[in-house]
Amino acid sequence: MENNLAINIEHVKKSFGGNVVLRDINLKVYEGESLVTLGKSGTGKSVILQCIVGLLYPDSGSIYVYGKNIPKLSEDELQEVRKKIGFLFQSGALYDSMTVRQNLEFPLRRLTDLNDAEINNKVKDALESVGLYRAIDKMPSELSGGMRKRIGLARTLITDPKIMLYDEPTTGLDPATSREISELILKMKDKHKVSSINVTHDMECAKLTADRIVVLKDGVYICEGTFEELQKSDDPFVKSFFEGLNF
Amino acid sequence: MKFLPKNIIDFFLNTWGLFNFTKRFFIQFFRGKPEVEETIKQCFQIGYKSLPLVSITGFIIGLTLALQIIPTLDKFGAVSLIPQMLSIAVVREIGPVIIGLICAGKMGSGIGAELGSMKVTEQIAAMEVSAINPFKYLVVTRITAAMITVPILVIYADTLSLIGGYLSMSVNADMSIRLFFSEVFSTLTFEDFLPAVVKTIFFGFGIGLVGSYKGYNCSRGTESVGIAANSAVVAASLLVILLDLIAVQISTIIF
Ligand SMILES: Nc1ncnc2c1ncn2[C@@H]1O[C@H](COP(=O)(O)OP(=O)(O)OP(=O)(O)O)[C@@H](O)[C@H]1O
Ligand SMILES: [Mg+2]
Repeated sequence: MENNLAINIEHVKKSFGGNVVLRDINLKVYEGESLVTLGKSGTGKSVILQCIVGLLYPDSGSIYVYGKNIPKLSEDELQEVRKKIGFLFQSGALYDSMTVRQNLEFPLRRLTDLNDAEINNKVKDALESVGLYRAIDKMPSELSGGMRKRIGLARTLITDPKIMLYDEPTTGLDPATSREISELILKMKDKHKVSSINVTHDMECAKLTADRIVVLKDGVYICEGTFEELQKSDDPFVKSFFEGLNF
Repeated sequence: MKFLPKNIIDFFLNTWGLFNFTKRFFIQFFRGKPEVEETIKQCFQIGYKSLPLVSITGFIIGLTLALQIIPTLDKFGAVSLIPQMLSIAVVREIGPVIIGLICAGKMGSGIGAELGSMKVTEQIAAMEVSAINPFKYLVVTRITAAMITVPILVIYADTLSLIGGYLSMSVNADMSIRLFFSEVFSTLTFEDFLPAVVKTIFFGFGIGLVGSYKGYNCSRGTESVGIAANSAVVAASLLVILLDLIAVQISTIIF
């Protein structure tokens, strides 16, 4: 097996009851690579991400993260792998009962032994990177959907993950903020060598951040390539994502 | 499994799930660093918030109970026995069960709804992927908090109940506070008190357990939060009654 692989998914199948979502998923993500997943709503893009962090278990197949097969790990081993992964939930998933500051401090206080000053600095930096330092003492219920997503992103990035899984990072944001988030994703890749899978419908974000794009349809990846390659594709389904764009 | 009605299958699945949940609670309880701070916070959250309801109920139970008994015992000239009857009834049975049921409603639905909405909005998943054990942080702390607060609330309500009883005695039967409470304290023994406290610890455990179980295993979609809260109340109330039955059986054997 190649040892510069961050994630390696082999023959993963997953169905819920009679609803077959993933038929045969094979995917490799190399270290430092930024991969974008396209696909219609409801095709299982989020399910793949959840399988990678062990929130869902595939019916069959293997998912290697840094060589460890996620479905076979014990709870403790899984926790160790999860410390290297950051997961941005589609909904943001902020802890409702805590302020923004507490949300961001929560993983730091529990998983690291940084002192208060260091934690404060990190929280400040993370919030500034998503442009929301002014929201530090707010409760999640006081924030808009887009703000929640950006705080969610800040909370994920604060633990310096090696692998980032973004579930629709820019959905519901205005174009300017979307661009800032895309640039933040790019910065994570360039500066911190983060490997990532980015599920998005935002082609501008895809163009900016993707080293490689895969397209999911009917439970399998039907094609892969760089943004430019896919743009030239003849497949009408793939074409449909690029329609109306003029880059 | 077709030949079994669906709710019977559900019942056994729930029982099995609850059993595993209990096992997991004990494993996580003794594993790693205890979440002291969060437990105290939860005690405050679930205990303090039930205080008004518990106070009013406790007080009124004693008051009305005495009011009901006075005319009956008056016929036999046995009004002076009321403090004894009242204290035994309240401390042994009525206090624990009624307050237990109230807590089942208040805490069971609260825990069920809170954890349910955390589940639905992926907050529990978020905790899990950030390598924090949500079971220990959310469930163990709430069950422990319920085990601590329910007995305290019951003792508190018992006290208010006896005060209520005294009030109605002093108005209707002209009994002095001194006489009332010296009767109460000379009646109550350790054997009345201990089993009552022990059983309320189990009530708290049951309420916390069922509430967390329903919330933690809430299915997808916001409507399931309501279902989780509702079924938590039903199951927790039933559990309180069942536990009471068992506790009374056991304590009559021991004492
Ligand atoms: N935990 C679950 N239980 C049952 N069904 C599920 C579960 N998670 C996902 N599904 C189903 O799997 C399918 C794919 O869901 P998923 O959330 O992965 O879609 P998606 O590609 O991320 O779509 P979107 O772009 O809208 O987020 C859907 O039909 C959904 O109903
Ligand atoms: Mg999704």
